[in-house]
Amino acid sequence: MNSVFDLVWVVIGLPLAGFLLHAFFGKRLGKKAVGTVGTAVVLGAFALSVYLLAELLKLPADQQKVTSTLWRWIEAGSFRVAFEALVDPLSLLMALIVTGVGGLIHLYSTGYMAEDEDYPRFFTYMNLFIVFMLTLVLSNNLLMMFVGWEGVGLCSYLLIGFWYKEKVNTDSANKAFIVNRIGDWGFTLAVLLAFWTFGTLSFAGEGNMFQKAVEMKQAGLLSPGVITAIALLLFVGATGKSAQFPLYMWLPDAMAGPTPVSALIHAATMVTAGVVMVTRCHVLFELAPVAMLVVAVIGVFTAIFAATIALAQTDIKRVLAYSTVSQLGYMFLGCGVGAFASGMFHVTTHAFFKALLFLGSGSVILALHHEQDMRRMGGLAKYLPITYWTMLAGWLAIAGIPPLAGFFSKDEILSAAFGTHVLPVSIGQILWAVGLVTALLTAFYMTRLMGLTFWGEPRWAEAHAHHGKDDAHGHSGQPRESPPSMTVPLMILAVLSVVGGFIGGFAPLHIPNRFGRFLEPSAGLQVLGEEAVGHLPVSTEWLLVWASVLAAVLGLWFGWARYRAGLPESERELSGIRKVLYHQYYYDWLMVKGIGLWLGGKIAFWMWQFVDGRLIDGFVNGIAGLTGWVGNSLRRVQTGYVRNYAFTILIGAMILLIWLLVRGASAGLAR
Amino acid sequence: MFVQILFGLMAIVIVVTSIGVVAVRNPVRSALNLVANFFALAVLYLLLYAQFVAAVQIIVYAGAIMVLFLFTIMLLNLGSPAELSERGEIKRPITWGLALLFVIVLAGGVFSRLSEAQPAQDDIGTVQMVGKFLFTDWVYPFELTSILLLIAIVGAIVMAKRRL
Amino acid sequence: MDAVPISWYLTLSAFMFAMGVTGVVIKRNPIVIFMCIELMLNAANLAFLAFARQQAQLGAQVAGQVYAILVMAVAAAEVAIGLGIIVAIYRLRDTINVDEMNLLKF
Repeated sequence: MNSVFDLVWVVIGLPLAGFLLHAFFGKRLGKKAVGTVGTAVVLGAFALSVYLLAELLKLPADQQKVTSTLWRWIEAGSFRVAFEALVDPLSLLMALIVTGVGGLIHLYSTGYMAEDEDYPRFFTYMNLFIVFMLTLVLSNNLLMMFVGWEGVGLCSYLLIGFWYKEKVNTDSANKAFIVNRIGDWGFTLAVLLAFWTFGTLSFAGEGNMFQKAVEMKQAGLLSPGVITAIALLLFVGATGKSAQFPLYMWLPDAMAGPTPVSALIHAATMVTAGVVMVTRCHVLFELAPVAMLVVAVIGVFTAIFAATIALAQTDIKRVLAYSTVSQLGYMFLGCGVGAFASGMFHVTTHAFFKALLFLGSGSVILALHHEQDMRRMGGLAKYLPITYWTMLAGWLAIAGIPPLAGFFSKDEILSAAFGTHVLPVSIGQILWAVGLVTALLTAFYMTRLMGLTFWGEPRWAEAHAHHGKDDAHGHSGQPRESPPSMTVPLMILAVLSVVGGFIGGFAPLHIPNRFGRFLEPSAGLQVLGEEAVGHLPVSTEWLLVWASVLAAVLGLWFGWARYRAGLPESERELSGIRKVLYHQYYYDWLMVKGIGLWLGGKIAFWMWQFVDGRLIDGFVNGIAGLTGWVGNSLRRVQTGYVRNYAFTILIGAMILLIWLLVRGASAGLAR
Repeated sequence: MFVQILFGLMAIVIVVTSIGVVAVRNPVRSALNLVANFFALAVLYLLLYAQFVAAVQIIVYAGAIMVLFLFTIMLLNLGSPAELSERGEIKRPITWGLALLFVIVLAGGVFSRLSEAQPAQDDIGTVQMVGKFLFTDWVYPFELTSILLLIAIVGAIVMAKRRL
Repeated sequence: MDAVPISWYLTLSAFMFAMGVTGVVIKRNPIVIFMCIELMLNAANLAFLAFARQQAQLGAQVAGQVYAILVMAVAAAEVAIGLGIIVAIYRLRDTINVDEMNLLKF
């Protein structure tokens, strides 16, 4: 198996080498070396992925699934799992996103974290994250994917709690990890159930899981209950990792980590792992229409739910966090209506503009000395020009204004929802309507963000003034634009946000959907067939397009009207409905304090007292007591009287003799 | 015919004296019963072509071992049975019963189904024949037995000394 | 000499052995117990010699005789030691009732 695709292990190996180098020698190498190596390995992996993509595209479409085995991992009876990579359009797409956007973020971090003492540790964790994320997307079986899945969860924990000396950061890290774990419980059950049903966990190659599923369905051996259960449990895992309702509450708190972390992990890559997993397993979902419906409904509900909460947030990163949750909902909506490729397209464009928005906000935060409350920003357009113009691109992209990237991907999903035959048509239309409203809200709150941050009068003067002219950092009183290490990635991402959408094509104008065709081998509807996605007549398509654009423009206009002058008076303090939205309809409070602490506390207490104390301790002590009692009873046999012993021996010998003879007689001892 | 009568006679002696060893109270009487037992056994050995063994039986068992037993009994002054009377206990009838069961089971179940004796030379048990085999095929156990007797001698001396 | 079936010798041997076992369990005087052990050993000797008559080869037939001799040697050694032990116990305890020797108990 010496094909060129074995180089895929080098793609994972480069960041791994970076991780090891930084872990052992980081402190000694100094900041410049660590930053350079850390970024270089990721960009090197990106270059290699590009090369592999070129090689893959040379193959005919139905052969674009190449596997490469590193070693045989588990072989226990019929349970065989190997460390196998799958090189196909989906995995390479994600590898490119992870290493490309990731590489840009590493470059950005060399500027953002420049003053931090724990600089080497940061790059150690970041490189490790890239390793695990690549393992997740490049894996060829559910178990290896789970290794990557858990690994990125670990790195997320390490990076959220990076500034561990503040308790709120470690609490957020714990919350992220624990909520994730709940999702992982679902994932684990799904893996077990899948193995029990199919006997294999691999995605491609001889006798893979999807092949088996289709065969079983055709032979009538696959019960709908089982496959729906598997799909739903997988989705539970996706809910945890991709912050959908009801397991989304860790993501806003995860903003406690440094901004590059928020950009990389909680916008572009890790949170999209759920979408990637669902797309990867799309065959299983296609076989379980109920699960598809659940995915779509939860996706669109989360989208609008998070969008309403974003309206009332005051922390710039939190607005973006809820925006991420909302956009992830869109991606799941796309998957749920059968448009897996469209979902992945939105993953791609979202990676561009959301990373851009986060990095831009990081630039703002740094310029204002770690100020994150938007009520104390304003009027920054003229002080941070590069940041401002790049964020403008990101803002228009996410709002869905053509011809930027966000418009294409969002519109594709909405059209797919409207015209889908996977779900009943009326449901599809309802989903479309909700999605449309969400698009309006998205445009509105993003405009709010831009308004509060960049337009109107500066409100940071008072807060800024008490830093003084010559404070410890040597900053002057004015916010200054960020260094090139930070602005170059912003510019690159802005360009991508503007032009990146065209590869998705545009049906009304007959621009071909190259992205969809590219992803066909991985995400094409195998079971339900192409007709299920639905092809709308061109006139309907135009109608939907205009509706999307109208929603975006309306949202923009309302936002501009309200926020162009900066912060309105009514928003200085939290009150009324704004307060409810701010507190996430008190869902987080309910989950954490109510169920988590109170109910969990009661259960923990009971477990300790009863299960651990009485059952388990009782059992163990009981065994010891039983042993003692038996020993105590048996010792009375040792009487010391030799004749008794002889008597016992005699009886035993007689029994033995008779038994032997009886056995011999029945076996025919005839001589 | 002669053989069968002889066998029958000796068999009766053996049975009676074996019961006698166990059943009588006086240990001296038990020992004397055992001596008679050994003599009868020696005759039976002759009937089985084991001439050397028969001779050794009389010399060693009846002549040395039983003398030693009687000597010890006299030394410890256990001639009078008064102090060692055995009371009635449940073990006794059960043991007698089991012993009888043992004999019946074996005799009925096993011995009655065995094959007959093979033809053999008259002199398989003579001194020359036994000696020939003892010093060739069985020389190893023979030597080991001599070491065993040495150990017994050493042990007896150790046992007998008042102070080691 | 083949007029008597071998099984009769063996039955006799079994009877002697059974008597020996009975004596070991029943009697309290250790010397008498020893004598019953000797009875059992002799029963074994008789069995050996009887089985030796059932063998086909000369070597096996003589082997039975040799076994009997070795058993006798062992018995002799055992009696020497055993009686020595009994005498030693009598010197110490002034009684040889087996039931009194019960210190090795729980």
